[in-house]
Amino acid sequence: MSVLLAFLAAALFGTGTFLLLQRRLSRIIIGIGLIGHGSNVLLLTSGGGRGLPPIIDSADPTDFSDPLPQALALTSIVITFGVTAFLFALGYRSWKITHDDIVEDDVEDRYIARRVVVDQMVAEGEAAAREIELDEDRG
Amino acid sequence: MIGAVDFATWGGHLAADALAPDRGSIDVLVPFSVIVPLVAAAVSVIAARNRIAQRVIGLGALLAVLVANVVLLVRVDDMAEGIAVSQAGGWAAPLGISLVVDRLAAIMLVVSSLMLVSVLVFAIGQQAEERRFAAFHPVYLVLAAGVSASFITGDLFNLFVAFEMMLVASYVLLTLGGRPGQVRSGMSYVVISLIASTFFITALALVYSATGTVNMAELSERIPQLPSGVQTGFSLLLIIVFGIKAGLFPLFFWLPDSYPTAPNAVTAIFAGLLTKVGVYAIIRTQLLLFPDDARQGTLLLVVAALTMITGVLGAIAQDDLQRILSFHIISHIGYMIFGLALFTLAGIAGAIFYIVHHIVVKTALFLVAGMIERKAGSDRLSRIGGMVRSAPMIAVLFAFPALSIVGIPPFSGFVAKFALVDAGISVEQWPIVAVALAVSLLTMYVMGRIWAGAFWGTCEDAAVSDRLRPGQTRVPLLMTLSTAVVVAASIALVVFAGPMYDLAERAAVDLLVPQNYVQQVLGATK
Amino acid sequence: MSTQAPTSGPQRLVILDQSIKVLYQSILVLSLYFLFAGHNLPGGGFVGGLTAGAAVSLRYVSGGAMAVRTAFRLPSHIVLGLGLLVSAGTALIPVVLGGAVLEHGDREVGLPIFGDVKFVSALAFDIGVYLVVVGLVLMAFAAFGDDLGPIESTAPPEPPDGTGREAS
Repeated sequence: MSVLLAFLAAALFGTGTFLLLQRRLSRIIIGIGLIGHGSNVLLLTSGGGRGLPPIIDSADPTDFSDPLPQALALTSIVITFGVTAFLFALGYRSWKITHDDIVEDDVEDRYIARRVVVDQMVAEGEAAAREIELDEDRG
Repeated sequence: MIGAVDFATWGGHLAADALAPDRGSIDVLVPFSVIVPLVAAAVSVIAARNRIAQRVIGLGALLAVLVANVVLLVRVDDMAEGIAVSQAGGWAAPLGISLVVDRLAAIMLVVSSLMLVSVLVFAIGQQAEERRFAAFHPVYLVLAAGVSASFITGDLFNLFVAFEMMLVASYVLLTLGGRPGQVRSGMSYVVISLIASTFFITALALVYSATGTVNMAELSERIPQLPSGVQTGFSLLLIIVFGIKAGLFPLFFWLPDSYPTAPNAVTAIFAGLLTKVGVYAIIRTQLLLFPDDARQGTLLLVVAALTMITGVLGAIAQDDLQRILSFHIISHIGYMIFGLALFTLAGIAGAIFYIVHHIVVKTALFLVAGMIERKAGSDRLSRIGGMVRSAPMIAVLFAFPALSIVGIPPFSGFVAKFALVDAGISVEQWPIVAVALAVSLLTMYVMGRIWAGAFWGTCEDAAVSDRLRPGQTRVPLLMTLSTAVVVAASIALVVFAGPMYDLAERAAVDLLVPQNYVQQVLGATK
Repeated sequence: MSTQAPTSGPQRLVILDQSIKVLYQSILVLSLYFLFAGHNLPGGGFVGGLTAGAAVSLRYVSGGAMAVRTAFRLPSHIVLGLGLLVSAGTALIPVVLGGAVLEHGDREVGLPIFGDVKFVSALAFDIGVYLVVVGLVLMAFAAFGDDLGPIESTAPPEPPDGTGREAS
């Protein structure tokens, strides 16, 4: 495996991960694209050898590089391409609805969390009311 | 351009004649469950303007696949070697793409196609997204093809392609309608799935550079020759990839957020099938690719326990019916992984039986949740109530799968859990057995909460109680009918529990001795 | 539907329009070359389809979404469906004829001008892929081409599915 390609893959994974941790979908998409490229570079290097064409009119296996990783990389590029297009469509839709493409929090999660707080407040309130009643009973 | 006359004689390299005559007839059926839905999807796209034609095409294709799969299961189980192999393109195994149906794959194919048909009928009865969007039918069929392809593929890279086929379809189904909530949860769902896919490609790249093949049968021979550290690395990487899709403990967080926002019918099929495809992939790769010492038994046991506990605790906290059930899926994924992680015959057979039981019962529960929402106009437990009087039919349909998933004796859940716990006790894994039993009790609490919230008590919400008055809203007959079919299937699982468990045991034997699989796949065309 | 660019009236660039008229046809021919050359040379259905997609996008640059909609006589979903049908059919037909899935054969045919040409049945699969990609590009422009601004449009733009279904 070429050292240069290994470093390239590492750099792509690194920058991609950084972008993935952002809040905006547009950046996340770019991040995913970079990570996808990184994994494709990795896939390509798994064929071994460099600078050689895949099978061309030769029967000697040292004359050409393994064509299978190239085919695999091509397939995964096509798939990543399609899904990225879908993500862009999703971002576009989000922009139409909210004028923004920020990936928002889980609403229901917030609702549950708030419900717990409300329950606590109610419980505290009831406890306080009981205290007062007890005080009144005593006094 | 292409004459149809002497197609089979074209090209001397083709291996059509290599298929032995006595088994050729059954091998032909192997790719049907993928190709027929794809062809139907194509016709369905062309017929986009005509919903009735789309329905006929979709139902016809899925019913045909169901019949083919039943035949396949019966025939494969009859065969001594218990496996049917088809080589795509007629290229011999390590070169071409192998499509393999062994007993486990055949069981999964039959159950999944039965669910796909029932849920499609439910969606048609619902008259909602299915009616409004021309994209529903084609995409649903692509999903069906993707699920089947994941089960039958004998090639690790092709498993990736099958997963993507299924996932791309699920993205579209999840966001069908483009409501704000769907767009929000769709974003995280797609991004998480994409990250998992990228990990998958990375794993494939590493596996290929280490072994020079992606054919699972060949990998099964070559991976044991690698250094043990590399084996462990691959095994962990694959667990992470499939764990994200299956919803294992630290990786489940996307699931309860995204599933409930999809249309009801879609949630039902996601809940029934998609996570189980992930579990299937874990079972397949762990048992086929890795030798004993590279399997992650202890890790998987710990993960299984944590998955069970977090899932059920999450379900207790929720108020929305769909979200309770979604959290609950996670909890039960833990049971399946528990069975696998024992790596004993009884454990794996129990896991297989549990998967079948869970697919059927969970789909039934989500379909009932869809009926509740249709009837009451809401699926918040704090808003609905008293439905045992206003909708007794729904209450009955809910009661069976709910009791079954808890594991009350006569139902399939009891058989499944009993098998797992028994397997756990026999290898003296007491902690996980204790967790499994405790989680069962909590499951009972969750189902009791749904029952008390939705069916007993009174309804305080004015809008909901208006809808619940007699004669106000009617649940369409097709919805009730399809739900009843799924519930009946879950009852059938009890009636035929004996033969079913024997079948699961035979499948587990196949899985524990992968040499037969390898020999059949690699030897089929040699 | 037929909203033009937000400026008043369509401001068309003459040079762009005229050059695209020439380019459009030639790029389409090039895409067909890629499609047919694909079996043994660089090219293939996916590449050809993308090239044709580039031609379609040029048309969009000059004339907007309407120009794309009128580019082909068939509706985009029919193009896509036919493509999928052809490529899925090439998987099914060999099974019906008694071979393996996706099995293909080839035959040399002597043609008057081209000489000996080797036809492979895999070409049918490539044609299917080509149609799928073209249909997809057309659909994407039809769904997202008119920029209506940040308002709720009536029809939710459902992005066409199934990209990347073909393992090229």
